[in-house]
Amino acid sequence: MMELVCPAGTPAALRAAAEAGAHAIYCGFADETNARNFPGLNFSREEMADAVSHAHARGAKVLVAINTFPRAGAEAIWHRAVADAETAGADAVILADPGLLAHAAEHHPGLRRHLSVQAAAANPDAINFYAEALGVRRVVLPRVLTVAEITAINREIDVETEVFVFGGLCVMAEGRCSLSSYATGRSPNMNGVCSPASHVVYSEEPDGLRAALGGFTIHRTPPGRPAPYPTLCKGCFASGEQTGHVFEDPASLDATQLIPALARAGVSALKIEGRQRSRAYVAEVVRAFRAAVEAEAAGLPLPVSLLARLTEGQAATTGAYAKTWR
Amino acid sequence: MDLTIGPNQFFWPAETVRGFYRQVAPSPAARVVLGELVCSKRLPFWEGELPGAIEALHAAGKEVALTTLALVTLKRERRLTADLMDLGLPVEVNDLTALRHMPVGRPFWVGPLVNVYNEGTLRWLAKRGAVRVCLPPELPLASVATLARAGTDLGVAVEVWGHGRLPLALSGRCYHARLHDRAKDSCQFVCEEDPDGRDVETLDGQPFLAVNGIQTLSQSTATAAHQVEALREAGVSALRLSPQSRGFAETVALYHRRLAGETGAGELASALRVWVPGGALSDGFLTGPAGASWSGA
Repeated sequence: MMELVCPAGTPAALRAAAEAGAHAIYCGFADETNARNFPGLNFSREEMADAVSHAHARGAKVLVAINTFPRAGAEAIWHRAVADAETAGADAVILADPGLLAHAAEHHPGLRRHLSVQAAAANPDAINFYAEALGVRRVVLPRVLTVAEITAINREIDVETEVFVFGGLCVMAEGRCSLSSYATGRSPNMNGVCSPASHVVYSEEPDGLRAALGGFTIHRTPPGRPAPYPTLCKGCFASGEQTGHVFEDPASLDATQLIPALARAGVSALKIEGRQRSRAYVAEVVRAFRAAVEAEAAGLPLPVSLLARLTEGQAATTGAYAKTWR
Repeated sequence: MDLTIGPNQFFWPAETVRGFYRQVAPSPAARVVLGELVCSKRLPFWEGELPGAIEALHAAGKEVALTTLALVTLKRERRLTADLMDLGLPVEVNDLTALRHMPVGRPFWVGPLVNVYNEGTLRWLAKRGAVRVCLPPELPLASVATLARAGTDLGVAVEVWGHGRLPLALSGRCYHARLHDRAKDSCQFVCEEDPDGRDVETLDGQPFLAVNGIQTLSQSTATAAHQVEALREAGVSALRLSPQSRGFAETVALYHRRLAGETGAGELASALRVWVPGGALSDGFLTGPAGASWSGA
């Protein structure tokens, strides 16, 4: 059965994910070392140790994301995070920075290393390089690949692959995007945040609601319509004669229908995005996906209605998994 | 501190490429990186110009390196990356995929699209053979200074993005094709219409970004005009100047005069405005608060 890797931004969400049938749960410390460094989110050292015991007692693994790029002159903060993840009993760390991977390989050789999507390893050569040079055991694939390409990659590598199937969708190669810091000074790579709420300003104007990020208008929503969060790459812009979502519509990823194809492609683990989501959301999504991977493994049809409920009323896309998306 | 001309990020016709390298060969830059960085589909249209350009640059005493693609996914692109190792020139790595093909002990350069954010990664790259590293443009001055010091200790020349529209993001999707309601595979090479990228404004008409195939750039041209002294003091060994369609030879000469102490920051900035696409400048990645900010405003 493909492993179901589920998000937890809080100890409560972690417990909910474990109860709902997550095979593995990923989470991070409450600081700039992980790519979901949002206020009120993530785990203290003590909470992480408790979380690992709780998850292990229910047969679930804990993967600790330490996937921002350490700041020059402050690498000790990231080194400590790796050491503390090992002490807490984590089953693996999810890293992106080659220097940090090399450090972990040297100082924590017994701790399993996964390559974060933030490293954007998009082909077999890159993946084999990370495996050979830095001892990576699993690679989270960047969201720039089609299912056919994922199949081809798995034929040429020995390490496991993990792919995103549900939740927020980056349209850029992750870890290689500084759009957010261009507008706000804060970025996923350096600060673990993208389009941060601290830099969002909404203003009511006669023609509707304007949402700006770092002073740049990202959306204008007519009165009475729901206003999407102003994530930079999902914004509405103008170019020449064209006006619209130049990069991507405000849609989220839903690859549920592709679960059988991804299994055939040799994917080891399916990942759900959403460490910033509530425990109720996490529980519902995890339950549906656990049923789906069980059905897939047993050769049964997918629980379609269970999965469809998750995206009801929302715009969804299969993203780069379909070649026409490009 | 000297000057490096980076690879052209845009899709220019072969004769434009020919004219460009003929013009910059006698320029005061110390070295030039060339090759296709953004889209492998463009290369067949202009790769015939490479041998002549390399010869002219060598004859003018320039160091020359070849860049890898920034995002390698297709089989053809992997082969292209592997083949770069056999051309007898230094390779500038802009996707770590290339390290899989790099012969052990062969010195290489690292471009601004590889994430070198800290001393640990710089040390790791130096151990593998990196001798020159252009830092990611996103880094603030404090990080640049720390890395330049580490570079000095490691024997790695550290470069900083000195001039050009900033390479902000890469994607699997071609935005140029998307703006023409096409997919990447049927793009009909529409990116050739925009020699400095296609401008993207906000709905309120604020200049913001520029798209260039699968790449997203800043619409402002970043310049280190105001930070030359700080970067020199930090031990930065070169400024990287990224090609633009108009007045590039003049631009290189302007930076050369600034490094030689013949002009000040303000004078350089006003002279640059004549040539940069759209006329807007920025230096906020180096000095804050945001990348788009401009300290000379």
